[in-house]
Amino acid sequence: MNAIFKRPDNLTDAATHFCPGCTHGIAHRLIAEAMDELGIADRTIGIPGVGCCVFLYRYFPIDALEAPHGRAPACATGMKRAQPDRIIFAYQGDGDMAAIGTSEIIHAANRGENITVFFINNSVYGMTGGQMAPTTLLGQQTTTSPFGRDFKSEGYPIKMAEMLATLEGVAYSTRVSLHSPKHVNQAKKAIRKAFEMQINEMGFSVVEMLSTCNTNWRVSPLEALTMIEREMIPYFPLGVFKERTGKDFL
Amino acid sequence: MAHIVIDRDRCKGCYFCIEFCPRNIIRISQEHNRIGYFPAEFIEEERERCTGCKTCAVMCPDTAIEVYK
Repeated sequence: MNAIFKRPDNLTDAATHFCPGCTHGIAHRLIAEAMDELGIADRTIGIPGVGCCVFLYRYFPIDALEAPHGRAPACATGMKRAQPDRIIFAYQGDGDMAAIGTSEIIHAANRGENITVFFINNSVYGMTGGQMAPTTLLGQQTTTSPFGRDFKSEGYPIKMAEMLATLEGVAYSTRVSLHSPKHVNQAKKAIRKAFEMQINEMGFSVVEMLSTCNTNWRVSPLEALTMIEREMIPYFPLGVFKERTGKDFL
Repeated sequence: MAHIVIDRDRCKGCYFCIEFCPRNIIRISQEHNRIGYFPAEFIEEERERCTGCKTCAVMCPDTAIEVYK
């Protein structure tokens, strides 16, 4: 009997603090598996944003830096410039990246910084209690939009992967989902590809992952998975929006 | 011949493994674990029906499942 699936080497034994059924755990495992396969763990530095991802340093046996809210791409820029041989990844939620850190992410992407950003899109501010985020879907009830999000006063959900794909410095921009085994396997390939882009010095890579927050959506973990399929994917289509094949920058 | 091992005390009872197991050979335990959830457990009597497809392990958010073949 050989183990054909076991805990990745680059995931510590610490139990996660995530709620039952939170797909953050899946995203963490996929990143650890990608680091295992590429053999880059000894030279990787992780930068979690503020949010549920904040205890990243407990779950990966790698160096980590706690960035101020939304500023993970700015910290990653500094680290990458100081130590270009390191692999730097930022791990941010939607409140962190799409609201508070919009400026940092857009300018880091536009400069084409050679870093990787993992963007967990669960359409609410998870850690602070389910407030409305820029990615909250129209009509979705949150604690700060109790009658549902209305485009007249709160605008439309931001599609970050598409928006970043329009910038010249971006080498790889994709959106994947974590709601079924098939999509999790696709997400793993995307994460690996994003790391490879950085290793090959192609430029900025971003992977947006549609994720669940069953606690703040106030549904069961299984119902939350079906909500991704039913409500999020029609508005946030999956796919690769930009993929650079060579160092073709100007 | 394959089987899975579920770490009882790591499982938080989201039951993704039960939902996605194509052979339906995982069930909810009758006893709670150390952190107070009713964990998923492998039905040992159905052991020979497990194909080692890893679907349960791929979906487990807490990486509590190991697959052997």
